[in-house]
Amino acid sequence: MNDIRILKVAEATVSSDHSRPHLAILPPSASDVATNQQLSATALHKSYHKGNVEIPVLRGVDLSVEQGEFLSIMGQSGSGKSTLLHLLGTLDAPDSGEVCFDGRRIDNLPVHQRDLLRNQSFGMIFQFYHLLPELSALENVLAPLLISHGVWSYFRERKQLTERARHLLDMVGLSHRLKHKPRELSGGEMQRTAIARALMAEPVVLLADEPTGNLDGGTGEEILRILRTLNDRQNLTIVMVTHDRAIAAQADRTVRLAQGQVEVVM
Amino acid sequence: MYKLLLCWRYLRTRYIALASIISVTLGVATMIVVNSVMEGFTHEMQDRIHGILSDVVFESHSLEGFHDPDAHMQRIREVAGEYIAGMTPTVVVPAMLAFQVQGQWMTRQISFIGVDEKTHSQVSDFSHFLQHPQNRQQLSFLLREGGYDTIDHQAGPEAKPRDRMEWAGWGYRRAHAEHQKQIERRAAADREEIERRRAELARAEQAERGETGDEQTPEAVAENKRPFNRFPAAEVEQGSTFDPAVEQSTGIVLGIALGSYRYRDGSDRFYVLPGDDVKITVPTAGSPPKAASETFTVVDFYESKMNEYDSNFVFVPMEKLQQMRGMIDPQTGIGNVTSIQIKLHNDADGKIVRDKLQAAFAPEMYGIQTWRDKQGPLLAAVQMETAILNLLLFMIIAVAGFGILAIFYMIVVEKTRDIGILKSLGAPSRGIMGIFLTYGLSLGIVGSGAGMIIGLLFVANINTIADGLAMVTGHEVFDPSIYYFQKIPTIVVPLTVAWIVAGAMMIAVVASILPARRAARLHPVEALRYE
Repeated sequence: MNDIRILKVAEATVSSDHSRPHLAILPPSASDVATNQQLSATALHKSYHKGNVEIPVLRGVDLSVEQGEFLSIMGQSGSGKSTLLHLLGTLDAPDSGEVCFDGRRIDNLPVHQRDLLRNQSFGMIFQFYHLLPELSALENVLAPLLISHGVWSYFRERKQLTERARHLLDMVGLSHRLKHKPRELSGGEMQRTAIARALMAEPVVLLADEPTGNLDGGTGEEILRILRTLNDRQNLTIVMVTHDRAIAAQADRTVRLAQGQVEVVM
Repeated sequence: MYKLLLCWRYLRTRYIALASIISVTLGVATMIVVNSVMEGFTHEMQDRIHGILSDVVFESHSLEGFHDPDAHMQRIREVAGEYIAGMTPTVVVPAMLAFQVQGQWMTRQISFIGVDEKTHSQVSDFSHFLQHPQNRQQLSFLLREGGYDTIDHQAGPEAKPRDRMEWAGWGYRRAHAEHQKQIERRAAADREEIERRRAELARAEQAERGETGDEQTPEAVAENKRPFNRFPAAEVEQGSTFDPAVEQSTGIVLGIALGSYRYRDGSDRFYVLPGDDVKITVPTAGSPPKAASETFTVVDFYESKMNEYDSNFVFVPMEKLQQMRGMIDPQTGIGNVTSIQIKLHNDADGKIVRDKLQAAFAPEMYGIQTWRDKQGPLLAAVQMETAILNLLLFMIIAVAGFGILAIFYMIVVEKTRDIGILKSLGAPSRGIMGIFLTYGLSLGIVGSGAGMIIGLLFVANINTIADGLAMVTGHEVFDPSIYYFQKIPTIVVPLTVAWIVAGAMMIAVVASILPARRAARLHPVEALRYE
């Protein structure tokens, strides 16, 4: 049943903008927020192989994120926080354990459904922005929809889609940089473009991997302010990975990852 | 959609990939040029061969030929009459041609072909190849007064003028005969003078010795002192009925390359002209054959523009040849012929007629071939050559495919992070693969499209290019003395071009499969981490 629903959502995103049904069954009401568990990890194990040596990174991580929550994950370099984020975002599969999204297990879904989830339900931003160098800022923002749209449906709805991308870039304060290629943008501008791109497909969850890690203090603040606003105004669930205590403090809740486990909940 | 967009951007930003398809471009261009020239060449050659040979040739295996051609033609008509437009009997024998150039006898080996002058033009383009406009209307084996073509009527305006041909005809023959007579008169006068002096000398000697009444007469003494007295000088036909100034021997049509030499620039030097006499020796019918020689008068040239034929064929009235070889049955007066040339209706298939005739006539007696069969080895050789060239050139494109493969691998490695980004944005593996396959295809389209344009332009201007090359290198690219074409013939076959272009595109796509698969299989996390 769920599979069918996902596919329907995929179709729906083609034609609708703001009124499209979320993957979540119902739009969250204010009273639900505290108890609605949206994204959760249970007993996650993950290790990497370097030659013959197995390096365990996650050793039984339990985590749950609620709808509309701004969660930050702190930890030293190499503590596995990025790996955890990748597992939550279905970029990688755990060795054991479960990842659930909206009450559904997603870590063992077929590949194309995971692709669809990443395309429609998760937005991701990275420390190194990861914009496509051949595309302009506007095209980078459009990328998720370019992926989900075929040639014909894209051209049919080009106006609306472009309008939305402009709107998002305007929102992050980049309306004057639409035609610029990433290499012509500053770090802060690139990260703001990446945020606009993450929001383009109207995701339910935003996964941010050290979004300020490569930026100076002022610019980092700016990015954080945008994330905060998104969380406040649009009730967007945000999971942010950082190693900076001050930045982590901006979140609603912070968990600390050490020795592959959630150690302290602050 | 992102596939097309990214492809387009890659195409416009990655010039190294464009460099990798230059070999595809060159391969495609060369293939188009080679195929067009080969096609043009084959077509031209087939055209000519078909013009020379009739559709179906019915021939005897023996040099004696077969008896009663009319009965044979009747039988052929019964078997395959509905296909046949015309027939003519011919006699073909190997022979020796000899003619005198500046006092020296030159000999050539020829095919001596006796034709029926009334019907022979019906079965092939024979008359089209003649040099006198009236002979082209209706062949006559009588020498014309003059008016032979000085411009090659088949070649067009580029042909070099043949000034010598202006002389050809009766005027030339009379002048030549007069010249010959003068020489003979002078020689005769010289001979008389020598005889007179010799006799004087002998008399003086005799008077000195005072010998008289010896057993040797002075005439005998003079006779003995002549060095070649056992081979008396050729008798001059004085008072005989034949006068070359007003009479001709039996007319023949000479292949033009037998009587002329073609220079590299395409101009001709004639050493025999219509009006000249030549000697031809043929083997007689019967066993063992004896040699029979006779003098003939050249009345026209035959120029099919196939050197093989132009330097080999000599045509003569059939009855003359039959009579010369003793092929005419003295009782019935009917001559043997060695072959029957059959012309078919335009839409008729030569193979069907051949098969029908082969079924009706004994194969040990008669060889029945279509013109294609007769020229089978030549056409097959050209076809073989084309096939091998195509194979080699396609190999070149295939090699280019490996270049594309290598460069694509590089591009995939370079784009690893972008692939990770696309995957993190939810692009399916198949989509990633699609990007690179589309990229390969678009490179193929660009490469083979450019190759097609270059190739077609080359073909369209091939003669200008050949001339330019000849000027730069000082070396004739296309030697008209070999091919008898003034220009390089080309025919562009759209289907062939389409195949070449499609093949090249396919190679580009196939070469991009491996790198595309590699790209599709990249793990998103590792790809994102890739520095």
